Amino acid sequence: MIGGLFIYNHKGEVLISRVYRDDIGSQAADSAVFSSSGPFLGERLGGSVRRNAVDAFRVNVIHARQQVRSPVTNIARTSFFHVKRSNIWLAAVTKQNVNAAMVFEFLYKMCDVMAAYFGKISEENIKNNFVLIYELLDEILDFGYPQNSETGALKTFITQQGIKSQTKEEQSQITSQVTGQIGWRREGIKYRRNELFLDVLESVNLLMSPQGQVLSAHVSGRVVMKSYLSGMPECKFGMNDKIVIEKQGKGTADETSKSGKQSIAIDDCTFHQCVRLSKFDSERSISFIPPDGEFELMRYRTTKDIILPFRVIPLVREVGRTKLEVKVVIKSNFKPSLLAQKIEVRIPTPLNTSGVQVICMKGKAKYKASENAIVWKIKRMAGMKESQISAEIELLPTNDKKKWARPPISMNFEVPFAPSGLKVRYLKVFEPKLNYSDHDVIKWVRYIGRSGIYETRC
Amino acid sequence: MTDSKYFTTTKKGEIFELKAELNSDKKEKKKEAVKKVIASMTVGKDVSALFPDVVNCMQTDNLELKKLVYLYLMNYAKSQPDMAIMAVNTFVKDCEDPNPLIRALAVRTMGCIRVDKITEYLCEPLRKCLKDEDPYVRKTAAVCVAKLHDINAQLVEDQGFLDTLKDLISDSNPMVVANAVAALSEIAESHPSSNLLDLNPQSINKLLTALNECTEWGQIFILDCLANYTPKDDREAQSICERVTPRLSHANSAVVLSAVKVLMKFMEMLSKDLDYYGTLLKKLAPPLVTLLSAEPELQYVALRNINLIVQKRPEILKHEMKVFFVKYNDPIYVKLEKLDIMIRLASQANIAQVLAELKEYATEVDVDFVRKAVRAIGRCAIKVEQSAERCVSTLLDLIQTKVNYVVQEAIVVIKDIFRKYPNKYESVIATLCENLDSLDEPEARAAMIWIVGEYAERIDNADELLESFLEGFHDESTQVQLQLLTGIVKLFLKKPTETQELVQQVLSLATQDSDNPDLRDRGYIYWRLLSTDPVAAKEVVLAEKPLISEETDLIEPTLLDELICYIGTLASVYHKPPSAFVEGGRGVVHKSLPPRTASSESAESPETAPAGAPPGEQPDVIPAQGDLLGDLLNLDLGPPVSSPPLTTSSVQMGAVDLLGGGLDSLMGDEPEGIGGTNFVAPPTAAVPASLGAPIGSGLSDLFDLTSGVGTLSGSYVAPKAVWLPAMKAKGLEISGTFTRQVGSISMDLQLTNKALQVMTDFAIQFNRNSFGLAPAAPLQVHAPLSPNQTVEISLPLSTVGSVMKMEPLNNLQVAVKNNIDVFYFSTLYPLHILFVEDGKMDRQMFLATWKDIPNENEAQFQIRDCPLNAEAATSKLQSSNIFTVAKRNVEGQDMLYQSLKLTNGIWVLAELRVQPGNPSCTLSLKCRAPEVSQHVYQAYETILKN
Repeated sequence: MIGGLFIYNHKGEVLISRVYRDDIGSQAADSAVFSSSGPFLGERLGGSVRRNAVDAFRVNVIHARQQVRSPVTNIARTSFFHVKRSNIWLAAVTKQNVNAAMVFEFLYKMCDVMAAYFGKISEENIKNNFVLIYELLDEILDFGYPQNSETGALKTFITQQGIKSQTKEEQSQITSQVTGQIGWRREGIKYRRNELFLDVLESVNLLMSPQGQVLSAHVSGRVVMKSYLSGMPECKFGMNDKIVIEKQGKGTADETSKSGKQSIAIDDCTFHQCVRLSKFDSERSISFIPPDGEFELMRYRTTKDIILPFRVIPLVREVGRTKLEVKVVIKSNFKPSLLAQKIEVRIPTPLNTSGVQVICMKGKAKYKASENAIVWKIKRMAGMKESQISAEIELLPTNDKKKWARPPISMNFEVPFAPSGLKVRYLKVFEPKLNYSDHDVIKWVRYIGRSGIYETRC
Repeated sequence: MTDSKYFTTTKKGEIFELKAELNSDKKEKKKEAVKKVIASMTVGKDVSALFPDVVNCMQTDNLELKKLVYLYLMNYAKSQPDMAIMAVNTFVKDCEDPNPLIRALAVRTMGCIRVDKITEYLCEPLRKCLKDEDPYVRKTAAVCVAKLHDINAQLVEDQGFLDTLKDLISDSNPMVVANAVAALSEIAESHPSSNLLDLNPQSINKLLTALNECTEWGQIFILDCLANYTPKDDREAQSICERVTPRLSHANSAVVLSAVKVLMKFMEMLSKDLDYYGTLLKKLAPPLVTLLSAEPELQYVALRNINLIVQKRPEILKHEMKVFFVKYNDPIYVKLEKLDIMIRLASQANIAQVLAELKEYATEVDVDFVRKAVRAIGRCAIKVEQSAERCVSTLLDLIQTKVNYVVQEAIVVIKDIFRKYPNKYESVIATLCENLDSLDEPEARAAMIWIVGEYAERIDNADELLESFLEGFHDESTQVQLQLLTGIVKLFLKKPTETQELVQQVLSLATQDSDNPDLRDRGYIYWRLLSTDPVAAKEVVLAEKPLISEETDLIEPTLLDELICYIGTLASVYHKPPSAFVEGGRGVVHKSLPPRTASSESAESPETAPAGAPPGEQPDVIPAQGDLLGDLLNLDLGPPVSSPPLTTSSVQMGAVDLLGGGLDSLMGDEPEGIGGTNFVAPPTAAVPASLGAPIGSGLSDLFDLTSGVGTLSGSYVAPKAVWLPAMKAKGLEISGTFTRQVGSISMDLQLTNKALQVMTDFAIQFNRNSFGLAPAAPLQVHAPLSPNQTVEISLPLSTVGSVMKMEPLNNLQVAVKNNIDVFYFSTLYPLHILFVEDGKMDRQMFLATWKDIPNENEAQFQIRDCPLNAEAATSKLQSSNIFTVAKRNVEGQDMLYQSLKLTNGIWVLAELRVQPGNPSCTLSLKCRAPEVSQHVYQAYETILKN
């Protein structure tokens, strides 16, 4: 299991260090040796004094001359897992054959928990909250085993204010929630207005050849729910999943003709731990008791019949050795009544570019020398429209034999529909103990499609 | 209020100030001080001097302060054990606190303080907490047992905590179950033999129920534990799989991967004809693909695992090539892994797409990635024959880019393409030759030289090209030097007239001016060959080369199977078994896939299913375990196989020189070292192809013995046992036995190559042993041993080697070397192979000796279950050189007086009492060296029972 957890700043200084296992060279033990008579004695005494794990990571990874080529590093039979958030390094250390996927999931979770408590993960925030972080680490990692790490539960008994006197009932309520089957929700939540928000957030990814052939395309989507519901509501979520629709279609031929075409084939989906997976596996129904507030209900992926909101047609021509002519056409491919926003096309330029002239029909275009790209921005664009940019790029003559790699042209945008075609059919709420019904709940649904990695090679 | 100020106090005398603050009356000030102490501790300052003052703050009802003090204690208790005792009282008191959070905190912290004196006090509170009414306390106590076990394993066993922990598996709270499982799994790892987890259908059912209810982390613990279970039949395997598959939709990637591990392992037991098998295969692909949309670090873990899964079951992801296409912004570690998987998935159906991608990658920025992409193009050519032409032309395009490292990489792979498709693409040689000057890496230079030498007859200026390399001969790396030597000799053999001078030059450079023994030896051999027999030289140097295989870097099947059992863990990320990176005893237990069972009926007793018996369970012959060989033989198996009557010619043939007497002086004392790549294999004794012994793994040998062939002449021969499992020897499996025939001892070996690589250059050596056993001839393995091939060899032994007393006496330590590595194993030989033919003593002498040997040297043994009469016993023993000197009948008992002599001249006298109708007989042994008695008894038992 995880033997220790360290947090460093970008210089490699330790901000947080928590050792769970004795096999990791513990800092306290080592420094005690060092402080008594200097570092060299320590080495002589121990013969082969284990290198302090904290230092080993700093020297071999953070201060390494070359960029680290793997998120898992093995130094002297000790394995280090690291993730970086802005310029903060989080490293988990172990000497055993641990579940590597679990360690990374835990590190991400740890970041989520910290963010939920004090916002952005920065050196400043970590130093300001180090006592809290130690308290959290004590709770969510015991002897290196991850424990309940749902912020909903943690916030009931780990607070920055310290717990005021609790009654016995309150205490046992906390412990039963932390260990319980529904560890993500506490009992006795009350709202005057029962309300829920569903956001279908999709990112559409594309890799297209210069000739307009789709090399790969997929949508990865998330359904994010914000629930403000009283009690312990039982929810059921339905969407136009092809398998479900076809199953129902057998019963009523009527419905097949209505919705048969609109259903989508989902390649795979994963759910928040509140969803009953065995029920999904057997009946393909999505039922759950939601956490309070915002959470990610599900993630899914589709590859078939994707609506590609934009098509990019590049044309790059080399005129002699010192000039490039670039022309890029973008076409919007959705209902004319809808508006795409925040459109940005990024056209890479060679490193030896000396000057660029651009002409575009719509929006603004600029050559950004520091980013080696022409950035073309359009605020809004309706469906079934077309726009064009042309640029002349002057190049400095070089004797560099290496050819320019021609990175792909990438695009960013936001559209108000789901490129996968996913539709929410229903979200039913049942709370038998309290007197509100499904009809009393106010529900909001919103679709946002964003560009993921949307690239066209040129 | 911010805490960051605590990090900035660096004044002198700060310790004193802190001390004062810690002893302050004001609560707030105390808390501030403790925070400062913790901050100093974090940045690595030594604040252990404040120990008593901090501990004084422990008595508080402020939970936050208490936690800080506990944190301090965990860090420094070990360096201040005496003072740590001061804290014990508070801990014990806190374990009784009405607040469950405080009870749990106390028991959790106490387990982290690794001081023996404190550990003693921990037992009672822990026992109470394990049975606490609050599940939060119980789940914390469960982990505490694992902590305590890490400090003092014996204490945990003595106090019966393991049983309590086992009970917690049936707890009503899923989180308690999960933590108990995690703790037990870890404890079980350090006790590989104990049946701690005791998984049976009932407990599995409990785990599967808890699986649906516990946290994501708990699900991982449970799934990882399930993966260690071996279902009793395919039905059980299927029902577990059905209950595990829903986990594939979990948002946590680790849950998904652990579920994949369970499924991949249990699938092994399902019949491929089953509908369910196909369904399961289909269900596995989507979640694996989804893992690729996780964060990059997890993608990396997933890709390393997919790499294994694709090798084990290529059918799962064969249609998913596109998802492995590299994205421009992927981190480099993700890119390299994706590329690797793309090559594995490349097939005729998708090769066009793959090639287009690879060509794209070859223009990227990262040098390693570009190199790998170029190499991948070559591998595609070798893997998919139809694409070879397109690959070659792509590579030529890349060479035209003149980017230095691209050109070099391309030349290296083109060499392999030439090897795979000889005489097909030589038209490109001209283009390659144009780039000769830009090659600065040894591998590329060597490849180019190889090409020039190999096709010297088609390259007009081959001599000039090679000569140009020769100028800086001594600055080249060994790889290039060796290649240049061979290349020029090839050229000379093809065009002898113009290149005599050149070959002279290289030979003298290699032999006279070089310090490298490999180079020098190869040079001498070529020289001698060329000067004595040019025809033979041609046969050797220009010999037909074996084809190279399609898949070059597959993981060995045994290792792959083991790694599949470790999906999701570090082992699967490193592609190494845990023993390669975990210190100490932990995790060294080999895991292996379960055997495929046809149906529940035939698998009633899994230990008799020999074909798939996991290698880990095979009896390793370890000297410390005493007479394991005897144990094996006591299994009461059928009659033995006869030893194959090997011709003694092998003994003489063994001495045949590799290259004729003339080279003796050059070869020095290391004859096996010169088996260079191009040499003919040494002549070997014809090993009879159809030997009596069945081929297969050691256990199956034991169980497959059905035919009863009696011993022909010579002593009893034990069936072959596995001495060196493939797992421990990089794919080489050795099983064997000892025989004694007409006065000569030999070791009958069976070598099986379970690796993917051809094995050559075998040699064997014994450590000094009690009776001076030593090989009488070198180990003769005819030709290289190709994958999955088995050879049988009889190695003649002498007893004139150096002597050292071993423990046990009949322990023999053996080293076997091949081209891959040197492997060590030890085995116990039966003593009767040392019984010489002239071991019959005359009666008078026997009587005198019997009296002469003091009585304390007499040892008595019982041989049970041996329903033989005196005659049968006599003849049986006689064939193993135990001679009956006299026979008496006393009160219905047959007394046999027997003698035998060991190779080193030790006489052993015996009295064997056989009672008709009584299956056991009594053996009394007298010998001047009483330590052999035990082993002689074992020999008796072995001989009489078979």
